[in-house]
Amino acid sequence: MARLQSTQQLRQLKERIVAEKPADRRAIAVCAGTGCKAFGSFELVEAFRAELEKQGLDKEVELRPTGCHGFCERGPLVLLFPEGRLYQRVKTDDVPEIVEKTIKGGEVIERLLYEEPGTGKKFEKEEDIPFYKHQHRLVLRSNGLINPSSIEDYIAIGGYEALGRAFEMGPDAVLGEVKGANLRGRGGGGFPAGTKWELCKKQPGDLKYIICNADEGDPGAFMDRSIVEGNPHAVIEGMVIGAFTMGAREGYVYIRQEYPLALERLNKALDEARQRGLLGEDILGSGFGFDIKVNRGGGAFVCGEESALIRSIEGRRGVPRRRPPYPAQKGLWGKPTNINNVETWATVPLIVAKGAKWFTGIGTEKSKGTKIFSLVGKVNNTGLVEIPMGMSLREIVYDIGGGIPGGKKFKAVQTGGPSGGCLPASKLDLSVDFDTLIAEGAMMGSGGMIVMDESTCMVDLAKYFVQFLRSESCGNCTSCRDGLDWMHSLLQQVCAGEGTMELLDQIEQIAETVRVSSLCALGSTAANPVLSTIKHFRDEYEAHVEQGRCPAKVCKSLITYTIDADKCTGCLVCAKRCPESTIEGEKKKPHRIIQDGCIKCGVCLDVCKFDAVHVE
Amino acid sequence: MPVQVKINGIKMSAEPQETVLQVARRSGVHIPTLCHLESVESTGACRVCLVEMKLGGKTQLTTSCNAGVEDGMEIMTDTPEVQKHRAANLEMMLGRAPGSQKIRALAREYGVYESAYVPSEDPAIPGCILCELCVRVCEALGHSALAAVSRGGKKYIGTPHDKPSESCVGCGACAEKCPTRCIEMTDTKKTRTIWGQTFDFVSCETCGAPVMTVRQRTHAVETKELPEDYYTTCVACKQKNLAGRFARVGS
Ligand SMILES: Cc1cc2nc3c(=O)[nH]c(=O)nc-3n(C[C@H](O)[C@H](O)[C@H](O)COP(=O)(O)O)c2cc1C
Ligand code: SF4
Ligand code: SF4
Repeated sequence: MARLQSTQQLRQLKERIVAEKPADRRAIAVCAGTGCKAFGSFELVEAFRAELEKQGLDKEVELRPTGCHGFCERGPLVLLFPEGRLYQRVKTDDVPEIVEKTIKGGEVIERLLYEEPGTGKKFEKEEDIPFYKHQHRLVLRSNGLINPSSIEDYIAIGGYEALGRAFEMGPDAVLGEVKGANLRGRGGGGFPAGTKWELCKKQPGDLKYIICNADEGDPGAFMDRSIVEGNPHAVIEGMVIGAFTMGAREGYVYIRQEYPLALERLNKALDEARQRGLLGEDILGSGFGFDIKVNRGGGAFVCGEESALIRSIEGRRGVPRRRPPYPAQKGLWGKPTNINNVETWATVPLIVAKGAKWFTGIGTEKSKGTKIFSLVGKVNNTGLVEIPMGMSLREIVYDIGGGIPGGKKFKAVQTGGPSGGCLPASKLDLSVDFDTLIAEGAMMGSGGMIVMDESTCMVDLAKYFVQFLRSESCGNCTSCRDGLDWMHSLLQQVCAGEGTMELLDQIEQIAETVRVSSLCALGSTAANPVLSTIKHFRDEYEAHVEQGRCPAKVCKSLITYTIDADKCTGCLVCAKRCPESTIEGEKKKPHRIIQDGCIKCGVCLDVCKFDAVHVE
Repeated sequence: MPVQVKINGIKMSAEPQETVLQVARRSGVHIPTLCHLESVESTGACRVCLVEMKLGGKTQLTTSCNAGVEDGMEIMTDTPEVQKHRAANLEMMLGRAPGSQKIRALAREYGVYESAYVPSEDPAIPGCILCELCVRVCEALGHSALAAVSRGGKKYIGTPHDKPSESCVGCGACAEKCPTRCIEMTDTKKTRTIWGQTFDFVSCETCGAPVMTVRQRTHAVETKELPEDYYTTCVACKQKNLAGRFARVGS
């Protein structure tokens, strides 16, 4: 791989690659992200390789393992170019048929198309599927188009051109563009990247650092993983542009330990970028040098907090410290440091390439561009979605997510990860942007979005998040460490139907102390799930405390399982499956649950075919 | 260049490297602290030094021990909001250290007499409020024999791998500076037991009282390049000797 000595050479290389691989060429893109990998997509790639070879098509048809396409629910996904046809839930057994019928014969295999739940309507092209149609994919778009392990693929779609442009523009102009774009941090805080860059840029000294935060500790979130897995060069390019702008010579990617595939692809991308002269000394012949090291995170949620992360890179305990001084003033090894999230970095090349004006054309007045969410929970279409800022929650849940499965009722959506807030149905028309969510006691966070239906108990949910945060608190602050522990035990009392309404006031008071008197944002946001559910679902809390009733029938102390003698056929199934053997009854005679032994696991309810088990 | 701040409405000039707590204290304004010591890094763990800070149109609570002063800062040290949250934090600490006189007395000042908080994890060291002052003191003395382990309510203070630490010299500074006095340290005439180890004392040549531990002396001799016989008499006898010498000179 020859080093590129100039932007000119980069352009020539691009032309050469595009000439060899024209855009209308036949290609099979198999999603090889972590999600689809779990469904066997790596085996699928091998099966396609073997089949194409067997049929003598391996030269003619390009086989492309790609990053995550987002529609993980339907994986493994296979995208066929140039038509943009999507096959879902593809198995290795389907491969010969796909090659024979679709690749050779141009025929569509109906069975593999996406079928809309409810309507039964089938869709042939990816872009027409509602899940994709309502999205606005800027950052994720390339995931389906390129092989993340090939720098040529990235260059072919215009990769590293923004870097070339940055060198031509000079640091001040690049900064102007990032500020003009009003790019706000995608890692949680939504702080303007341009302001941070400017502060770091104007610090004296030539030893500065750049960090990419790929710790992604929110349970269930995988936006950053998918970007690094699917398009690692976009992150690298963003970081080089940032380093050039601020005058940093060294950078770090702090990546979560549990992301082996992302790590592998990142390392490969870094190697290729170095070989191509896009990283290291004298990048693209500009005279500017910068390199990136990879640091593997220890797995603690709090290590994603920037000051804790910096300490962790320094080899110390990952505990936050008070800011100011901000990392831009005093960061890694005491030097000016700029830290941004993966998605933020990956957005930078787009802004530099297309301009701030283009970027500010998308989104709301104060939140520009797009944001990626991992949409999970009780929605039909789960996966990764990228939306323009300002889209309503309703559009995300219903148009993209396809609504609530099983004919159940929507109850709430929680945005912002473990310390986000829960919003009820009456807030579905809210605009999803940084400031609106904060004003409603929720937050953008790094992009977790959990949809809940009527079977979720909001008190139990709040308790779950408090439990998570209580064990992830670094343990420095009395208010955060003990306040959350205290709140948790009071919430346990609520879930057990104990106490009086004063309990709620007490929880709110402690929550307030946790919020206002803790050092870092883990503590100051930790009360969100509790405060937002008390605000919007107070009646549910009251039902627990005042009536000893859990309306969603979740809290174990407040529910009983019984068998309806009229419906029970005496089939013995429940009695056999009950782990505590606490169901008695003879064959063909009504059964009975001996309540003393019941652990309320709900197995009997699940296994009874005659709808004879009730929960109250 | 000095910065201008206001503390409880009174204008003060401060050096930029000073903390809010330092400026307040040198101007005679009282702010309670539990885990702060001038000679070690402040981490803002106990949260009782909370004050209300107004800066750039924003008002928020902050710990004063680790907050550097900034030009235009307005600090209020005793508002109802400050009192309320100091009290709440004290109640939590009282739940951890019900036997600590210091915490009980301070809590009382804020109207907290008993604590309704009971930590859900059994503490490794009863009475420990997990402020890590001992860890910081030990580190500042150059021993680094202690560390905080784990997160959340499972956090505790101990020696590495909970085994007797080779770095510990038995100086007892940790136990002495601990705000709740919860670190177990047992002295006899000849030995000191702390953190699972027993150290021999160097006895005073004059009166036989303990001067320091043998390992502490070894450490001091190594790091301060002093002769071994520098530490042979206890502080009391040293003073007596000195006083005796002055008396002789004077006569
Ligand atoms: C408890 C906690 C966890 C965090 N975890 C992450 C994380 O996993 N990834 C991330 O990018 N930012 C995380 N942040 C936010 C970072 O502190 C920091 O604001 C961010 O990396 C800055 O990048 P941005 O401005 O591009 O968003 C976390 C913050 C807190 C308080
Ligand atoms: S708020 Fe919580 S996580 Fe943050 S520093 Fe304090 S104890 Fe640690
Ligand atoms: S006694 Fe040991 S642990 Fe305590 S401060 Fe001295 S050296 Fe450190």
